[in-house]
Amino acid sequence: MKEDINPPVRNIEEEYHINIGPQHPSTHGVLRLVASLKGETVTSLKPHCGYIHRGIEKMCEKDTYPQVIHLTDRMDYLSAHINNHVVCLLVEKALEVDVPERVQYIRTIMDELTRIASHQLWWGCFGMDMGGQTCLLYGMRDREKILDAFEESCGSRLLHSYYTPGGLMKDIHPNFQKKVKDFIKYFRKKIHDYDCILTGNVIMQERTKGVGILTKEEAIDYGVTGPTGRASGFSCDVRKRYPYGVYDRVGFKEILGTKGDTFERYMMRMLEMRESMNIIEQLIDNIPAGDYTAKMKAVLKLPAGEYYQRVESARGELGVYVVSDGNKSPYRMKFRSPNFSNLSALDHICRGFKIADLIAISGSLDFVIPDIDR
Amino acid sequence: MKSFFKYFTGIFYGVKSLLSGLSVTGKYFFSPGAIVTQQYPENRKKLEMFDRFKGEVVMPHDEKNHHRCTGCGICGNSCPNGSIEIIQDKIDTPDGKKERIIGKHIYHLSMCTFCGLCIKSCPSNALAWGQEFEHAVFDRSKLTKILNKPGSSISKDIAE
Ligand code: SF4
Ligand code: SF4
Repeated sequence: MKEDINPPVRNIEEEYHINIGPQHPSTHGVLRLVASLKGETVTSLKPHCGYIHRGIEKMCEKDTYPQVIHLTDRMDYLSAHINNHVVCLLVEKALEVDVPERVQYIRTIMDELTRIASHQLWWGCFGMDMGGQTCLLYGMRDREKILDAFEESCGSRLLHSYYTPGGLMKDIHPNFQKKVKDFIKYFRKKIHDYDCILTGNVIMQERTKGVGILTKEEAIDYGVTGPTGRASGFSCDVRKRYPYGVYDRVGFKEILGTKGDTFERYMMRMLEMRESMNIIEQLIDNIPAGDYTAKMKAVLKLPAGEYYQRVESARGELGVYVVSDGNKSPYRMKFRSPNFSNLSALDHICRGFKIADLIAISGSLDFVIPDIDR
Repeated sequence: MKSFFKYFTGIFYGVKSLLSGLSVTGKYFFSPGAIVTQQYPENRKKLEMFDRFKGEVVMPHDEKNHHRCTGCGICGNSCPNGSIEIIQDKIDTPDGKKERIIGKHIYHLSMCTFCGLCIKSCPSNALAWGQEFEHAVFDRSKLTKILNKPGSSISKDIAE
């Protein structure tokens, strides 16, 4: 065990080890990376997780199913709605509840807004990792509009706990539709600014093109999903393959790349933001009338058995596996978090590249550390 | 010759891309009105939160100091982290029976995760969200609140 934490020094004259993190601005949280270097070139990389492990899976075992929802918020806090969604879908599937159309529409819109907000923040952070601080301010500014719309309907900006098994906490606010439409009109203009500042920028292109290549086979081997996996050409969009919500009723493209380098991963998210706006535009005017929650029993008991449900979070495939023994709380709950699998590929991706590229590569994988550690 | 040509087109496109980025930042430089953020401590007086904003859990009282809480304890049971403690009182009703009422509805703001399950589960709608958000205090014990006000009693239409 000890050897793991302090990797054995193999050849003291040629190789040395450098600690990045746990408190490093470009790890976006408490992640510790031990890089072995030969000169400036990374020869291997060991991620050490667990600094923000809160035992969420264990805590779920004593909570009832409605109580589990608020814990999932705290895993991948940038896609809180989507995390809520996966548990709700699982409970609804197990209890065979018919969720009203209205709820499904609202959930899909909320999920896509979350995705845009998450990618906006990522864009800002990625720009900052590359040395462009302006990006962070612009990303944050535009994200604010979405958070305002969330706050008005859900009551909070980051950890919403808005979905409940069977429906929603509250109906959307009367202003919600207008706010979202205003935002889309606004952001269609602003995303052009994003392209001018960062996408076309020669420094950023030189630093990312051909850097950190992950091939399709490797992406599948490591279980890398989400925009990162799709940049390598791995068609893994859960929204297309196992549709939930109303994704089967809207027209949208699965964005696929070919090269799998850092720039391609960047482009995936830029294009996905546009695609999410298309999805929202198709739905926002057609939300059917109806209840905002299905009739549920006061105490939810899943029939004994095993259940699995997956959704597409902003970072990849988020799965939840539940073993129920028929009680009101799960016997075992396991989350398959996208970031954990994506992190496992980092060592492979960054070998042979310079240490400065490591920051760009890890930025393009878009880690949220609480989701890795749970 | 080819690499020579490539070198200069590279420089040309590089400079062009930098200028296009600069044009965006320049636009904001000359119109600072477009980027003003919330001037928070200064705008405190005018600051209005959305009416659904989750600031803290409160128990609304009407003008006669009546609340709607029966002291059933369902909110405490549905709270995932034990932020709510219910202490019941027993009183003698005029017709000689004993009745349970709420003694103290204790709410630990320091432990609350703002999940909203207590408010959703309350059968008599006694709880609501308050919009207060400046919770910083020097003493942790100030974050433990008793939600039913002293001298308050249950409103008539719930008791019946
Ligand atoms: S607040 Fe509501 S749920 Fe809690 S004890 Fe009072 S009546 Fe019961
Ligand atoms: S909001 Fe949630 S955590 Fe807070 S007191 Fe209510 S049930 Fe407990």
